[in-house]
Amino acid sequence: MVIGSARDIVEECGVARFLFVDFPLGNPCGKPWDRGMQDAIASAALDLLERAYVPRTTIQRPEIWNPSDDLGWRDNFMRVDYSNRAALARAGQARRRAQAAAKAGQSDG
Amino acid sequence: MRRRLVSDAPRPEVTDPLRGAAQALHWQLGHRGYIMLQRRTHPSFVRYIDKSREYYAAHGYDKPYAWAHYADVPFCGLSKPLAESRIGLVTTADRAPREQGRDARLYAEPVERSEPLYTEMFWDRDATHTDDPESFLPRASMARQRDAGRIGSLSPRFYGLPTDYSQRRTLEHDAPRIEAWMREDGVEAAVLVAL
Repeated sequence: MVIGSARDIVEECGVARFLFVDFPLGNPCGKPWDRGMQDAIASAALDLLERAYVPRTTIQRPEIWNPSDDLGWRDNFMRVDYSNRAALARAGQARRRAQAAAKAGQSDG
Repeated sequence: MRRRLVSDAPRPEVTDPLRGAAQALHWQLGHRGYIMLQRRTHPSFVRYIDKSREYYAAHGYDKPYAWAHYADVPFCGLSKPLAESRIGLVTTADRAPREQGRDARLYAEPVERSEPLYTEMFWDRDATHTDDPESFLPRASMARQRDAGRIGSLSPRFYGLPTDYSQRRTLEHDAPRIEAWMREDGVEAAVLVAL
């Protein structure tokens, strides 16, 4: 079974059992240092392992990352809008130039 | 504007996932007196496939990553009760910094290993951190489940399948290696935590 926070990626692939924790990527087993939450999620994973009877069974945990603003982190991650589009394009160009230079350096050496 | 509506009352622990929906309904009726219908123009979960495609397109990469998809998914029930089964944990974190060669990246390490794990790949550095390994690899939590008699045992090793963008290498090389290690250790059910 899989524990994770990227619901679309795991469900597109398809797994036997999926425990979905709707948190920012990085802490699918519970908030850092929150042992009570981590134990609850581990226990839910075992429930799912034991009780699912068909593939692609997804259970969503009820925990909420930030009850006072649960949209901010969703909108911020990999954000693309008018304010950063030009900067992202420049970053991409710079990265491709650096990769091309590294490749040319390797073939010279 | 999308808005997540949250009840004032703490949500009860769902003890039976297959009855979870009924319990949630009971909770809403019990504390609010009515069923709270939420209307949304977008799914509540983050659509990472869409986000990452648009993000890399904005960087000028014109060939989007093609994610794995299976029409049919295998399923296998537990062969014996959970309380008698051996559980193995798999992580996508690295055990060493990334510059080492790829073949050195797969690993099986003692479950009580206390050296840090490395999480350099794709996760949300603005919203959170990975300083607590229990937040992405539940070794201590599962040990407590074992001590409580919930599972038979925890495998003496945990298994590292660090993030790799090659589906061919994952399928043909990495997965068989992890499976072989698990069989050596007598693992009967695997819990893979994707960082």
